Amino acid sequence: MREVKKSIPKKDSYGLIRGLPVYADDLAPKDSLVMKVLRSPHAFARIKDIDTSEAEKMKGVHLVLTYKNVPRRIITRAGQGFPEPSPYDKFILDEYVRYVGDEVAAVVADNERIAEEALKKIKVEYEVLEPVLDFEKAEGHPSIIHPEEESFAQFDIGRDPQKNIAASYQMEIGDVDKLIKECEEDPDCVVIRERFYTQAQAHAMMEPHASYAYIDMSGRLVIVTSTQTPFHVRRQVAMVLDIPIKNIRVIKPRIGGGFGGKQALHGELLVSYAAWKLKKPVKLVYTRKEVFEATYTRHPMRFDVTIGAKNDGTLKVIDFEVLSDTGAYGEHALTVLMVAGSKTLPLYNKVDGVRFKGKVVYTNHVPAGAYRGYGAIQGNFALESAMDILAEKLGMDPVELRLKNVIREGETSEIFKIMGEGREGVEMIIKSCKLEEAINRGVELSGWKKKRGKKEKNGSKVKGMGFAVAMQGSGIANVDMGSAIIKLNDDGSFNLLVGATDLGTGSDTILAQIAAEAIGVSSDDIVVYSSDTDLTPFDVGAYASSTTYVSGNAVKIAGEKMRKLIIKEGAQKLGVSKDEVEFDGKVIKTKDGSKSVTLKDLATVLYYTENQKQLVADGSFVGPESPPPYAAAFAEVEVDTETGKVDVLKYTIVMDIGTPINPNLARIQAEGGVVQGIGMTLFEDVKYSEDGRLLTNTFMYYKVPSRLDVPELVVEFVESYEPTGPFGAKSVGEIGIDTPPAAIANAIYDAVGVRIKSLPITPEKVFFGMNK
Amino acid sequence: MKINLKINGVWKEVEIDPSDYLLDVLRREGYLSVKKGCDTGTCGACTVLRDGYPILSCATLASTCDGHEITTAEGIADEMEDYIKILAEEGAEQCGFCSPALLVMLYALKKEIENGKVKKTKEDIRRYLVGNLCRCTGYVGQERAIFRYLGVE
Repeated sequence: MREVKKSIPKKDSYGLIRGLPVYADDLAPKDSLVMKVLRSPHAFARIKDIDTSEAEKMKGVHLVLTYKNVPRRIITRAGQGFPEPSPYDKFILDEYVRYVGDEVAAVVADNERIAEEALKKIKVEYEVLEPVLDFEKAEGHPSIIHPEEESFAQFDIGRDPQKNIAASYQMEIGDVDKLIKECEEDPDCVVIRERFYTQAQAHAMMEPHASYAYIDMSGRLVIVTSTQTPFHVRRQVAMVLDIPIKNIRVIKPRIGGGFGGKQALHGELLVSYAAWKLKKPVKLVYTRKEVFEATYTRHPMRFDVTIGAKNDGTLKVIDFEVLSDTGAYGEHALTVLMVAGSKTLPLYNKVDGVRFKGKVVYTNHVPAGAYRGYGAIQGNFALESAMDILAEKLGMDPVELRLKNVIREGETSEIFKIMGEGREGVEMIIKSCKLEEAINRGVELSGWKKKRGKKEKNGSKVKGMGFAVAMQGSGIANVDMGSAIIKLNDDGSFNLLVGATDLGTGSDTILAQIAAEAIGVSSDDIVVYSSDTDLTPFDVGAYASSTTYVSGNAVKIAGEKMRKLIIKEGAQKLGVSKDEVEFDGKVIKTKDGSKSVTLKDLATVLYYTENQKQLVADGSFVGPESPPPYAAAFAEVEVDTETGKVDVLKYTIVMDIGTPINPNLARIQAEGGVVQGIGMTLFEDVKYSEDGRLLTNTFMYYKVPSRLDVPELVVEFVESYEPTGPFGAKSVGEIGIDTPPAAIANAIYDAVGVRIKSLPITPEKVFFGMNK
Repeated sequence: MKINLKINGVWKEVEIDPSDYLLDVLRREGYLSVKKGCDTGTCGACTVLRDGYPILSCATLASTCDGHEITTAEGIADEMEDYIKILAEEGAEQCGFCSPALLVMLYALKKEIENGKVKKTKEDIRRYLVGNLCRCTGYVGQERAIFRYLGVE
């Protein structure tokens, strides 16, 4: 392998670091009209009356939108494959507002100042309704958050809006109740039952959501937007505005991070409708407050976990019961719930019985949506904390307990077939799993054996070690499709056109490396253009750890085809059969070396003189399965017994991601994921006032990790090769975030004997735990 | 009102509203490396230099900069070529949104180190740069590049 497994700089690094204008707000035409949104001050209300006349009269105001003058078509904003497994429960604007921050009206004006003035002149009379703010009391609450008749699901997702249930799911392998009972009655077995809570987390990507839309010379709608899913945006806008897909073009420029927060429609519907109506460019850039208040959070969840095991540590049965809070709208409600089981429970595939059931409820909170590691990080905290509790009860080293039970190469789990994302899964025999190797390597790197259980003291501080393992997926099997087109240029370079969406991760670059490897040329000769619905082929977008595996396989197929085309045309040029030539990346020559032509000369000839044609190759790929990457993580913490404050000193994570296409970029994905996970573990927390107002609506009140919060981070990849992946690759985008909550919680227990079962693990919780 | 700003070495007369923040003025004038990441002076993405020292342009009224020298990433990119190359080699710009402001801060830090105002240790460098938030990298890759560039062991 010459071009993959190689750390090359990102293709866009030149412009990004110098600060070239590359993001949506930088690129918006200077004469764009500016849109501002009036947002609900109430957690739940019905708009009784809305008077926009004063705003409309203002000089410089072009348009005021309310639920009365926008199309009433219901959709889901979730960026998912069609038909989506999320309920259709959102209008562009509605007479009901369902959380503080929900859209009431939008103003389009000459500039921001006028738009903001105009918002103040809109008079709204609300009928304030009793909000649902406790997700454990949402089911059957007298307030029904979605009373509208139009809302529906594309297929059965277990939705019951009359009971505030957005989705529900259950599956069972074996007779779980019977197995638990048997364990309880058997003196050779133990059973643990624990309840865990995970909180809402804010994505806090550095670039606030930004979109602008305009009408092009053919009268078509062009939307330039910070999205992870340009093709879904095109389909969704077409559906809601009743404009044919052919008349819409969506372009994703560079975007300043996403983490799932841009895997949905946020400003796009309003900005598109306004531009379409006014036939003028309109832009909408969210303020940071709007990003916090009116986009997405991670789904908060409650887990009831029961595990039964033999005294020798053999797991017998696992039962997960989950309650999830999807907030005001049901985006990703079902899928996030299911992933809490499907990307955790197969880790322990040798149990006799396993059950997963859960409900997702509507509340009047900021809608929950996709967020890196969705479901998996929540489920991992519950499962891997429970495993630590079990290890203690059994008197076993937590590492030994995992080694005894974790999934191995060549094995399977029935869960793979039963649980997909929002639908059935696919059967899968694990073809690459170096989890055992990762655990053993992590034990060495972290100093687990000599540090665990030592409670080493330093003044008021005590050290501890914790451990957790994790798995993720690589795209959504049988659903997610990616495709690629490669064309040869007359200097022998290539354009790689992909629908795949680079959010800053470096996917453009690693896809270029895969193309180069498959064609047999240098990555320097691959020019990438991505995420433009007019110019690039279809791709579902960047989510579910799919790009390397799904889009990467599509690129590989296209690259291999291109190589064949080059050999065929080269042979023809040399007047021999294609079996007689070889291509070394620069020159096509006969095997006996008597005749040769450079790729550059061949390309020039093909363009201008003989046998003229454009060489183009395409590739499409849908994952027949979703091979999991794995991680083994070891947290070393220091707990201050006087204050309860926890410092993570060192975090060691050893991962099996298959072949790292670009080891530097893969490592940074892992590091960034771990640090986001540490933030969620220790301090990130979306908080509301008693009446449902978001309290954590700025970076002053919502703390993301700063560089002083980052421990010594040790990341290693074990040698692994996934035969179904492009050059052996799986995925790396999400797996890094999954382990910190459990690993750190387990380390705190090791240090001070306090078991924290609700995130985030604040100093107060630890302090009160120590001083019960 | 009109103010005069020497932006990246060139004097400019700029029409502003007295309530305009420097960030919005700079972006309006085409210095788009200056980013708006928050509304509270907390993320650091809008950092520019005023007379050589870093300020948060989102929290600085443009009117207070009349007659001052402003430097943005556009103005120092060529001088910072070595660092840009190293950061790219480490792959640590990621989404890039915070990169121009970090470039500006690093430029200022380098001068402070040269003047003996900041010690060239990992800890002091981290403290100097703590106001520049990044959500992608977890900072580790950034710091590999920064320490390599500054020659910190």
